[in-house]
Amino acid sequence: MSFDLENLITDFKSRDAIFYFKGNIDSDVINNALDSVELKLIDVKENTRLRKKVYNVLVESLQNLYHHADIVPPEFDASNPDKYGIILMEKLSDGYKITTCNFISNKKVSGLKEKLDRINGSTSDEIKELYKEILNHHEITEKGLGGLGLVDIARKTGNMLDFKFARYNDTYSAFYLSATVNNEKSE
Amino acid sequence: MEPIIIEGTTKTPTIRFDVREGIFEIKGRSIPENSVEFYKPLNEWLDVYMQNPLDKTVVNIRLEYFNTSSSKCILDVFKRLESIHRAKHDVEINWYYEEDDEDMLEAGEDYDSIIKVPFKMIEIVE
Repeated sequence: MSFDLENLITDFKSRDAIFYFKGNIDSDVINNALDSVELKLIDVKENTRLRKKVYNVLVESLQNLYHHADIVPPEFDASNPDKYGIILMEKLSDGYKITTCNFISNKKVSGLKEKLDRINGSTSDEIKELYKEILNHHEITEKGLGGLGLVDIARKTGNMLDFKFARYNDTYSAFYLSATVNNEKSE
Repeated sequence: MEPIIIEGTTKTPTIRFDVREGIFEIKGRSIPENSVEFYKPLNEWLDVYMQNPLDKTVVNIRLEYFNTSSSKCILDVFKRLESIHRAKHDVEINWYYEEDDEDMLEAGEDYDSIIKVPFKMIEIVE
């Protein structure tokens, strides 16, 4: 299914978000997002289990944007084009949904799709084993990236990852990723 | 040897590895964007400590949150502790988790299954 990035952004704005940010994803933005969401979760007295899962998924989602978002296509209008991303957090009737959107190089699309399909096609036990396999056997990069972020999100939510790619031009695509954390979901 | 003491922040844990006091602990939040840089001094400290460790090293890990890039760095810390254990010194890791934090308990169990050092899972009841 295709989507248009501009429409997606417009949709985001119209929704009732607990947290919404569009722009350059730097360390300060991540800190502000985490502080703001944590205070809101405490304020509404969410239980420890849900609060910690949501916070963890938010950390990984934000750091995925920070580390993996590719530069914005030159013709795309963004004021801070280094690490442009969108983050949206919504309250659902029985949990929270965290959605991110960023540009990635078309060359990376098939590899990322393969990885996401593998995660979505795995049982919770298989995801747990995959996590341990990557943790123990894969080399860590200088930045500390171990390729665990998406696996961790899937493991902590216990839900399939909702994702889409939309080709922006010959070089870039928009990547949309959404993770839902339910209250009291049995693992 | 000189202790390594790093004060915690909202994104990095407090680290205190002190041979004289017999205290080895990591506590707080470990969610920095660059974990390798943060854990480098601790792993370097452990490389020296491994040469002449105490008869018994009890390490307390009391983390509220940690991100996936920290998880690899923490594994590196544990691998050094495993080397000490393999050299016939007593090593014990106490892994603390908050009541209802099943993810933190599972994370401790993951390490326990990878690292051949005695792990103790300790629930913090409020």
